[in-house]
Amino acid sequence: MASPEISPAAGGAPPSGGTSRIAARARLEEALLPSLVALLVAAIVGDALIVSFGQAPAAVFRLLLDGTWGNSYGFGQVLYKATTLTFTGLAIAFALRAGLFNIGAESQLAAGGFTAAVVGLSLPPGLPWIVMLPVYVAAAALGGGIVGGVAGELKSRFGAHEVITTIMLNFIVLALLSYLTSTYLKVPETLHTTEIRSGAVPRLADFFEPFHGSAANLVIVVAALSCATAWWYLFRTRRGFELRAVGLQPEAAEYAGVRPGAVWTRAMAISGAIAGVGGLNFVLGYKHYYEEGFAGGAGFLGIAVALVGGTHPLGVALAALLFATISQGGLAVNALVPKQFVEVLQAVVIIAVAVSVPEVRRLLRARRRNA
Amino acid sequence: MAVLLFLAQTLRIAIPYLFAAAGGVVSERAGLIGLTLEGYMLGGAFAAALGSYYGHSAWFGVLAGVLGGALLAVVYGVSAIRFRADQVVVGIAINLLAIGVTRFFLRLAFGSSSNSPRVTGFGGEQSGNGFTALVANPMIWLGLIVIPLVAWMLYRTPFGLRVRAVGEHPAAATSVGVPVTRVRYTAVILSGVLAGLGGVYLVLDQHQFTDQMTAGRGFIALAATIFGRWDPSRVGVACLLFAAAETLQIQLQGAQLVPSQFVEMIPYLLTIIALAGVVGRAVPPAALGRAPE
Amino acid sequence: MMPHASTSAIRLTDIHKSFGAVLANRGASLEVARGEIHALVGENGAGKSTLMRVLSGMYAPDSGRMEVADAGGVLRDVTGWSTAAAIESGVGMVHQHFMLVPTLTVAENLMLGAELTSEGPLRVLDRARAAEQVEALSTRTGLRVNPARRVAELSVGEAQRVEILKALYRGARTLILDEPTAVLSPPEVDELWEVLRQMRSRGETIVLITHKLDEVMSISDTVTVMRHGRTISRLRTGETTPQQIAREMVGRDVQLASEMRRDAVLAEEAWVAAPASDAPAAAGSLGSTTFPLPALEIKGLVVASAGRSDAVRDVSFSISPGEILGIAGVEGNGQTELVEAIAGLRRVRSGSILLDHLDITGASVRARGDAGLSHIPEDRHSRGLVLDYSIADNLILGQQHHFARGGFVNTLDIDRIASNARRQIAAFDIRPPNATVPARSLSGGNQQKIVIAREMGRDFRVLLAAQPTRGVDVGAIEFIHGQLRAARASGKAILLVSADLSEVLALSDRIAVMYGGRFVVVLPRAGAGEEVLGPYMTGAEHAA
Repeated sequence: MASPEISPAAGGAPPSGGTSRIAARARLEEALLPSLVALLVAAIVGDALIVSFGQAPAAVFRLLLDGTWGNSYGFGQVLYKATTLTFTGLAIAFALRAGLFNIGAESQLAAGGFTAAVVGLSLPPGLPWIVMLPVYVAAAALGGGIVGGVAGELKSRFGAHEVITTIMLNFIVLALLSYLTSTYLKVPETLHTTEIRSGAVPRLADFFEPFHGSAANLVIVVAALSCATAWWYLFRTRRGFELRAVGLQPEAAEYAGVRPGAVWTRAMAISGAIAGVGGLNFVLGYKHYYEEGFAGGAGFLGIAVALVGGTHPLGVALAALLFATISQGGLAVNALVPKQFVEVLQAVVIIAVAVSVPEVRRLLRARRRNA
Repeated sequence: MAVLLFLAQTLRIAIPYLFAAAGGVVSERAGLIGLTLEGYMLGGAFAAALGSYYGHSAWFGVLAGVLGGALLAVVYGVSAIRFRADQVVVGIAINLLAIGVTRFFLRLAFGSSSNSPRVTGFGGEQSGNGFTALVANPMIWLGLIVIPLVAWMLYRTPFGLRVRAVGEHPAAATSVGVPVTRVRYTAVILSGVLAGLGGVYLVLDQHQFTDQMTAGRGFIALAATIFGRWDPSRVGVACLLFAAAETLQIQLQGAQLVPSQFVEMIPYLLTIIALAGVVGRAVPPAALGRAPE
Repeated sequence: MMPHASTSAIRLTDIHKSFGAVLANRGASLEVARGEIHALVGENGAGKSTLMRVLSGMYAPDSGRMEVADAGGVLRDVTGWSTAAAIESGVGMVHQHFMLVPTLTVAENLMLGAELTSEGPLRVLDRARAAEQVEALSTRTGLRVNPARRVAELSVGEAQRVEILKALYRGARTLILDEPTAVLSPPEVDELWEVLRQMRSRGETIVLITHKLDEVMSISDTVTVMRHGRTISRLRTGETTPQQIAREMVGRDVQLASEMRRDAVLAEEAWVAAPASDAPAAAGSLGSTTFPLPALEIKGLVVASAGRSDAVRDVSFSISPGEILGIAGVEGNGQTELVEAIAGLRRVRSGSILLDHLDITGASVRARGDAGLSHIPEDRHSRGLVLDYSIADNLILGQQHHFARGGFVNTLDIDRIASNARRQIAAFDIRPPNATVPARSLSGGNQQKIVIAREMGRDFRVLLAAQPTRGVDVGAIEFIHGQLRAARASGKAILLVSADLSEVLALSDRIAVMYGGRFVVVLPRAGAGEEVLGPYMTGAEHAA
C-alpha cells in the first residue's frame, strides 16, 4: 500500500528575497488551495442536501453560524469539540509527517481517557488540579502511546502495514476497554465508571461566566501547548528533522544515518500519546468519568482535521475549529434540516480534500511549468 | 439438534461476511484497498430498505441494495482511479459518508433517526432460527455460492485473469494491451455490488433498517479477506471461522466461560498475526493501494 | 555466415525523442535486414533502449520516420504506433525488467490480454488449449518451460524464456531484446544464443541491445553503434573487431598509431616506476605508486544482491591519502553495491572495511561519517537530498547531530545552521544563494553542489564519490572536478565511481575496471587509455 500522498507543508524560517518569495507563494498555494477547493465542493453538496429537505441554504448556514460563533454557549461548545479534534488531528498529522497513516486515533483517544480515569479513580479525593494535571497527562499519554507504539513496532519489526493494524487495534482495544470497564469499574446500569474526585479540570465558565453550561475547559490549554510542542519537535529538534526526512524520503534518511524503523515506532508512539491526552477533555474536563464510546468518531474526524490543516500544527488547530463548528452547527440547525447533514458534509470534505490534493497540485505544477 | 442449531446460526452470521468478503477479494485483487466494505454494506442495506418498502417486494430491495452499494463504489472508484486520491483517506471517508447519508435520508424518507418501518423480506413474516426460514431465503443460497462464484470468476474467466494481473503488476498488464483502468472500475463496482448484498441480507432478514446496523461487519469481512490471504476459498473459510466463534460465544453466553469482548477480538487479532507473519506471512497484491502511472 | 535478406525488416530514420530537458535520441537511424541478428550497442545512456521503446510503440517519437515490413515484406510507415499495433504487426520487445506478473502461471502470463476462451455462452479460460499451445511453441522454439508453474518460482533465465515466448505467442516476427544476458549465467546465455540462431534460421528478425562486445562478435550479423543519442556507425560483424567497436562506443576518434605507441610506452614506464617507490605495497592494490599508508582499505569484500548471485565478489583494494582511485565499468557490475557497502547502507556478507586502520565493517552510517567518511551518493534525488527540505537543511543532512545543542531535547541550533548555509553557499557558489529555498526548485548542477558542499565542506578523510557529475551542466562539472582535485591535493583519499569513462580518466591516479562484481584489472592512469579499458569494461578481455 502506498504511503499517503499528502504534502506536509514546509515549516521553517520566514522567506526572504525574490526566488524564495515565489517558492513560498507556491508552497502556500499548494497548502491552502486543495482545502479551499474541498470546502467549496462541500458547500455545494451541503446546499443540495438542504434544498432536498426543502429549506433555503442561506437561512440554514446563517442559523449554523448564529448557533456556534454567534453566542457564547455555542462558541464554548465549539471550543470543547475543537479541543478533542485538535488532539486527534494533531496525532494523525504527526504520524503523517513520518509517512505513516494512523487510523487508530479513535482507540488511542479512548485508551488515554481510560488510563487517566483509572489513575483518577485510585487517587484520594480533593487533590488540586494544577498539581494533578501533569500526572493525568502522563497517564493518558501512556495509554494512547502504548496502543500507537504497538502499531509502530508491528510495522518496523514485521512490516505489517500500519493502516490495517491500527484499524484492527481499534476494535481490539475498544473491546478490551469495554471488558475492563464492565468487569471492574462500571456503575451498574450505565456504560461509565464512578466519578473521579481528584483533580478535575476547571471549566472555562469558571473564569468567563458567559460560557456557562458549555463543556469547554482548561484542557484546551493543553491542546494549544501540544500544538506548540509538536511544532517545536517537528521543526526545531534533531529528532523532528530526522522524522520528517523519513516521512519525505526514507532512503535519504537512511543515507543521513537515520534508521526508519526506529523513527516509525517512535512516531507512532508519540502520535498515540497525543491522541491519548485528548481523552482528558472528556474524562477530566467534562464528565469526570470514563464512558464507553466517548470518542464518538473523533478519531476518524481527526483524519479530516489533519488533512485540511495541511499536517501543520497551526493548521490542525484551525481545521479543528472548523470541523467543531460544522459539528456543533448541526445541532443548531436541527430544527430546519436533520443534524446528520453535517456528517455527510464532513465526509464530503475528506473525499474532496483527498481528491483535490493530488489534482490541484498537478494543476499548479503544470501551470508553473508553463508560466 | 444442538449441532444443527449451531450450524444454522453460524450460517446466518456468516452470510453477510461472505458477501462482503467476496467484494473485498475482488476489490483488493484489483489493487483497491477494501476499507470501504463497511460503507458499501451500510449503503446497500439502506437502499434495500428503501426498495423493499416502496416496491413492496424483497426483490426490489435486492435490486436497490445492489445499486446502493455500487453507487458508493463508483464514488470510491472515481476518487481513487480517476483522481488518484489516497485510497485510505477516501476509504475511511466513504464509510463516514455512508453513515451520514443513511442517517440523513432515514430522516428524510421515514422521519426517524433510528430505524425504518417494517419492510418486506423473504420467507414470510417471521424470521426464526428454524431451518424453514433459512431454506426459504434466496439470500442464504446466494450467499453460499458467492465465494465459489468469485473463485470461478477470478481463476476461470479472462476478466478474473486480468483482475489478478492488474492488482499485481499493472505495467505488465498495460504492456500486453489490458485496459487497466477499465478492469479496475469494473472490479471496484462489482465489489460494491457484492458487499451491498451483504447489507441487503441484513435488512431483509431483520425486516428493517436500523442506524449503523452493519456494526463493523465490513471490517470483519476485510479482516477475513486479509486473513484468508486474498484467496476466495480461504477467505470463505475465514468468514465461517469468525462466524462460528461468534455463534459459540452467543450460545455459551450463560456459561460465562470467555467474556464476549475477547471473542469479538478474534478476527482482528488473527489478522494482525497474519500480517505480522508469525506463521507464514500474508503478502497483499503488490499494487494494492497504488495508482498506476 | 547467413545470407542477408535483400529487403529490410525495420527502417528508422532520424528519430528524435526527449524527456523534458533530456535528449535521449537526437537523430538516430537504424536499418535492420529481415532474418538477421542485429546488435545495437553503445554505452549506458546512449539512447539504445529509448530507440527500441519507440520502435515497440511504448514511446512516440518527437520527430522522425518509422517503417516496418508487413507480412508481405513491404515497408509500411508506422511512425508513432501503439504497443498494441506493434504486437499486431509482429514486433515484440523483451524488456530488461521483465513485464511478467509473478503470481500468475507461465500459461496465464502468455495469454494475458489475448485470452483463449472456450466455446459457448460462458467464455471460460481454456487452460488446456493454452497449455497445449505453450507446449507446442516451446517445443518448436526450444524454449523449455513448464506452463503450469508460477512465474515467481522461475529462475531469471526461465523467466526470460517466458518473456520471449510471450512475444512469439503473440506472433512476433521481429524480436527486440534489451540486454538479455545481463541476468543470465553462462550456460543460459549459450542456450539463448541457440534459440536466437534457430529463430534466425526461420527467417525471423532479432534486434539485440547490448554493450558486451563478446556477445556482439559471437551472435550478431550486423552492428549499429549508438553514442549520445545518435547512431554513429553500422558495421558488418564479420568485417570488424571488438577494438574498433569499443572505440566507436567510447566516442573518441581513432587515435593515430603513433599516439597509441606513446601511451603504451608511458604505461610501461609507470609499471616500472611503481616497485621502486618506498611505500609498502598494499594488499590487492596493483600498480600502487608512491603513496603513504592507506586511508581506506577494503579486504575481500563480498556483498549480496537482490538477485541470486553476489553483486560484489571478493573485492580488495586500498586508497592512500592524496590519491584518487577511479572505478570504470558499465553500470550494474557491482559499483553501486560496493559504494553502498562501504558507506554502511548495505550489509556486507564477508570481508572488511578499514578507515585509517579502524575497522568500520559493522559500524553505523553515522559512526562512519564521524570517523571521517564522506559520501556523494549516485542518486541525489532519492538519497543525497531531501528535495522538500531547504538548502540550509540539506546542507546538514547526515550531520544533523552536530548541529543540535546536546542534552535530552536536542534542539537544532538554527543560527549555526544558517551560518553554515551562508558559508557553504558562498564557498560552493550555490544558486540561488537563498538558504530557505527547497532543494527541489534548484537546477541539477546546483542540487549536486549542495551535496558536494555538504560532503566536502567539512572535515573528512575519505570520500566516496559516486557519479559526482551525473546530469549536471558543463560549468558545474568543471567546478566539481576542481573540488575533487583540490581535495586530493590536500591529502584526501577518494574513491571515484563514474559511468563516464572520460571523467575517470581525467581525475584518477589509478583506475580499476569492475565487471561482474570483480575488479578485473587495476592500472595506473598512464597505462589506462580508453582503448585499453574498453575491452575490459565490455568483458571482451579478462585479466590474466
